[in-house]
Amino acid sequence: MTLRDLINKLLGRQTSSANTARERLQLVLAHDRVDMSTLTTDLLDKMRKEILDVVAKYVEIDFEEVAVSLETEDRMTALVANLPIKRTLTGEIEFKKNYDTPKKK
Amino acid sequence: MPEDTRTILICSGKGGVGKTTLTANLGIALANSGVTTAVLDADFGLRNLDLLLGLENRIIYTAQDVLDKNCRLDQALVRHKKEPNLALLPAGDPRMLDWMKPEDMKQISKLLSEKFDIVLVDCPAGVEDGFKNALSACKEAIVVTNPELSAVRDADRVIGILNTSDIKPIQLVINRVRPNMMANQEMLSIEDVQSILSLPLLGIVLEDEQVIISTNRGEPLTLSNTKSPAKKCYLNVSQRLTGKDIPIIDPKNEGKSLKDKFMRLMQTKIF
Repeated sequence: MTLRDLINKLLGRQTSSANTARERLQLVLAHDRVDMSTLTTDLLDKMRKEILDVVAKYVEIDFEEVAVSLETEDRMTALVANLPIKRTLTGEIEFKKNYDTPKKK
Repeated sequence: MPEDTRTILICSGKGGVGKTTLTANLGIALANSGVTTAVLDADFGLRNLDLLLGLENRIIYTAQDVLDKNCRLDQALVRHKKEPNLALLPAGDPRMLDWMKPEDMKQISKLLSEKFDIVLVDCPAGVEDGFKNALSACKEAIVVTNPELSAVRDADRVIGILNTSDIKPIQLVINRVRPNMMANQEMLSIEDVQSILSLPLLGIVLEDEQVIISTNRGEPLTLSNTKSPAKKCYLNVSQRLTGKDIPIIDPKNEGKSLKDKFMRLMQTKIF
């Protein structure tokens, strides 16, 4: 936030249009870039299942909390998987732990 | 020596962002610094580079004629009278029946690289055949964009395609920058555009009425003696392109008045 944004906010005015432009652009580009890589939701679903199968061989995952998504930043799209582990198969971990496993596409 | 020739694609995706104006001014500036330069108008449907250079009455043959062996390359090249290091080659005629293929463009760029140090290829707007033809003839690229939503979005599409080809480096020129609007945060900033497209910045060009005036005269700004902000920018881009370490103009420092200084204060990031 800049000084101008703060003053605008205090006076209840619209934020400057450059900010709006930036946000709209980031949204539309995220869409465009994913379209180009032809990664459809179907493929993503398939990939999510397979990743889970592999990980579940070694640790017990909290299936309710699993999130696999595509995130785009700096022209690079990353596959971000958040797979909370309940315990290892030998049952040593009792607490919940979050693991981020970003993979380059 | 053909291997040493730099064939540079000047593209943007969107039309009207200033590809042709950049090509003309860059061509003159490079030629003026002693580099033998050819500008190839790859936009044969709607060619305009001849107009900007004031050479529209001197075109007799096109690259198509050279390929069809109707003439020699020398005959098709239009030398600029005031800047003998610069030559224009129109790819084709607007009335041309057969469209060129990527192999034709490759052939032309090979012929040109035997005679010139730098070949600038003015690419047509769009991401279709015309763009892909021009692309196939080039080794490097300059992407031109404006600090506007539609121009940046189209530039992103073009960069996506360039990234899948073996063109590099791909550099960015941000054209029609208005320092006052940026200071008021009513225009995407240089940092915004650059970080979104994540390309190395070759330069920025300030919005300038002189550009229109010079187009009217058919005399690129870099050729005239007028002192103008855009001319300074074009010269900077040309020097950076040939490897000189010239700092990029910071639009924030363009206004010197108290009001401009106040505007800069308002842009300070507080959190």
